[in-house]
Amino acid sequence: MSDLLYSDVEDDLRAGLRALLAEACAWPDVLAGTETDAPYDAALWERLTEMGVTALPVPEAAGGAGASWREASVVLEELGRAVAPVPFLGAAVLGTAALLAAGAPDLAADASAVLAVPLSTPPGAAPDGVRADGGRLTGVITAVADAGAAATLLVPAGDGLYAVDPGADGVRVTEVVALDMTRRLSDVALADAPARRIGDTGAVTAALTTGAALLAAEQLGIAERCLEMTVEYVRTRYQFGRPVGSYQALKHRLADLWAAVAQARAVVRYAAGCAASGDPDLPVAAAVAQAHCSATAVRAAEECVQMHGGIGFTWEHPAHLYLKRAKSASLALGTADRHRAALAGLVGLPA
Amino acid sequence: MSTAPPDEAGLDRRVRDFLAVHDPAATDRRDFLRARFDAGLAWVHYPPGLGGLGAPRALQDGVDRLFAAAGAPGNRPERNAIGLGMAAPTILAFGTDEQKKRFLRPLWTGEEVWCQLFSEPGAGSDLAALATRAVRDGDGWTVDGQKVWTSMAHEARFAILVARTDPGVPKHRGMTYFVCDMTDPGVEVRPLRQMTGEAEFNEVFLTGARIPDEHRLGAVGDGWRVAMATLMNERVAIGGHAAPREGGMIGVVAALWRDRPDLRTPGLHAELLRLWADAEAARLTGERLRQQLAAGAPGPEGSAAKLAFARLNQEISGLELELLAEDGLRYDDWTMRRPAEVDFTRRSPGYRYLRAKGNSIEGGTSEILRNIVAERILGLPAEPRADKDVPWKDLPK
Repeated sequence: MSDLLYSDVEDDLRAGLRALLAEACAWPDVLAGTETDAPYDAALWERLTEMGVTALPVPEAAGGAGASWREASVVLEELGRAVAPVPFLGAAVLGTAALLAAGAPDLAADASAVLAVPLSTPPGAAPDGVRADGGRLTGVITAVADAGAAATLLVPAGDGLYAVDPGADGVRVTEVVALDMTRRLSDVALADAPARRIGDTGAVTAALTTGAALLAAEQLGIAERCLEMTVEYVRTRYQFGRPVGSYQALKHRLADLWAAVAQARAVVRYAAGCAASGDPDLPVAAAVAQAHCSATAVRAAEECVQMHGGIGFTWEHPAHLYLKRAKSASLALGTADRHRAALAGLVGLPA
Repeated sequence: MSTAPPDEAGLDRRVRDFLAVHDPAATDRRDFLRARFDAGLAWVHYPPGLGGLGAPRALQDGVDRLFAAAGAPGNRPERNAIGLGMAAPTILAFGTDEQKKRFLRPLWTGEEVWCQLFSEPGAGSDLAALATRAVRDGDGWTVDGQKVWTSMAHEARFAILVARTDPGVPKHRGMTYFVCDMTDPGVEVRPLRQMTGEAEFNEVFLTGARIPDEHRLGAVGDGWRVAMATLMNERVAIGGHAAPREGGMIGVVAALWRDRPDLRTPGLHAELLRLWADAEAARLTGERLRQQLAAGAPGPEGSAAKLAFARLNQEISGLELELLAEDGLRYDDWTMRRPAEVDFTRRSPGYRYLRAKGNSIEGGTSEILRNIVAERILGLPAEPRADKDVPWKDLPK
């Protein structure tokens, strides 16, 4: 059984990141950023890149940090806690995982390649919106996460994975209005666009599986922060002469939520460990992590809204940023139901 | 002779030396266990002379493994769970030297089985509300009252008992902790039959039962503190072994699903997969807790594990009956049995369904557990208390 605890290095990494995010990613700034045209917070992304956290699983020989997906998972917990508007999932997780699986680690060092698949794609699904014809691609890919941050688009087409320059002729990236205001989505249209084949579709499956395992860490961070905010609030909000947190109706729901978050931490650590070590149990670990953490993050955000009462329904309170991220993340890389259905095949419980 | 506690290598050597002198195959089981206790190899973290050597608790596992590998008898068949998990650590922490000498050895060897007289018909979750009275009577105490949910009372030689010694002070302050002799003529044990048909538990009626003052554990009026220490020890007794995937009830239902394609329906399939993922999450949570304990930093996740275990057992056993359809209508046996251990796997699905209903009640109800999580872990304000400063005798009953 892999190590489900946090190492000292991971604890230090978390502390450093939390301090940085407290200063450079306060939620009023996040909220303000959603009303600009900037596809992500470029200044914050640059600082994360300088810290080296965007290339943790990339080998040192290829210009990365030579750490693993375990440390990257801790980063995602913290980015989730802050609903940070940076392209970590699309680039530093999905893009990097695809490049590592395709055997092109050098391209991964600056975390600027984004996997161009609909964000809702579950592991194992074969995106088929694009046709490859003699090294040129034609087709449309909808709802791509973080495409606005891509220096390279990694496009699955036919039986291959292709690198495409988003600035090339025949490539159009159009941002769409997304439910999650802190993770931007774009439609990508390719019309006979020049492309370079770098691997096969196995790299896509690997990236989506690793992505599902890592996304669970972001969901854990969201859930944990929503629980904290809510506990803080109900302890100090008085109604009928008592703190509302002294009412059992709320206490029991928060206790159950705490238990779900405690479980989420265990499944997240297991999934990250499997991703880091290439454990053949990774597909099961990722499916369990998504089955559990999708629901936990959404529940935490929904309880956060509800238990803040009217305040929780306002634009001025950050609860909605978490709700939008949590609900979108629960649809990303396969819904919980799809992951449970995948378990049927993985663990031998056929319909 | 050195007084420093032995390390792992030292313990290995002691076990091998012990086995060289006491051949497990040629020694009477009880004699073997007594000798093992006297050699300090019973519970190595206990003090010398009391079955231990003052070694770290974590080294016990290795000692047990060496004895098991040599085919040595263990005290496991005595199933003295309450004695080992609750009575012994309390006696060690609060007992006099005489009490430790008298009680610990036969407790560990299983010659004397223990039970626990805490809960009452009117005081379950609210333990401090208990009404059983202990009145000073010469050099001892006379006890009157009724206890309930007492596992092993029908086989126990001694009981740990909390009783009210001062009804004139608020409820937490007027209790005292005793060791009760279950063979006293004032102690009557009656089986308490439960919805499964069997009687795991008993009611215990105390009518003028006599307890010498030497059998008091801790100071008069300090019973709540001693009882809390006992319950803490109960909670520490978490299994130290990694559970395999599909190790619990989910394994039973998964096997049924695989064996009986004729029973499958789409709705039950979705339900099964949901519970499978939940069970795996619960298993990983238990494993993480185990790793925390091994690293010397236990977290509060045990509460999450208890809540999840109760819910899962109930939902999975319910699913099993639905899956079985017609066979789910049957039951294996309603005759009254007196099982020493709960056995989920060798009984019928109907038994599993009914017995699982106890999981969210025994060892603290899920509702009380949620209050504890909310107040002690999340720091939410306590429930308003009507009884805190009121003498026990004036509380509504």
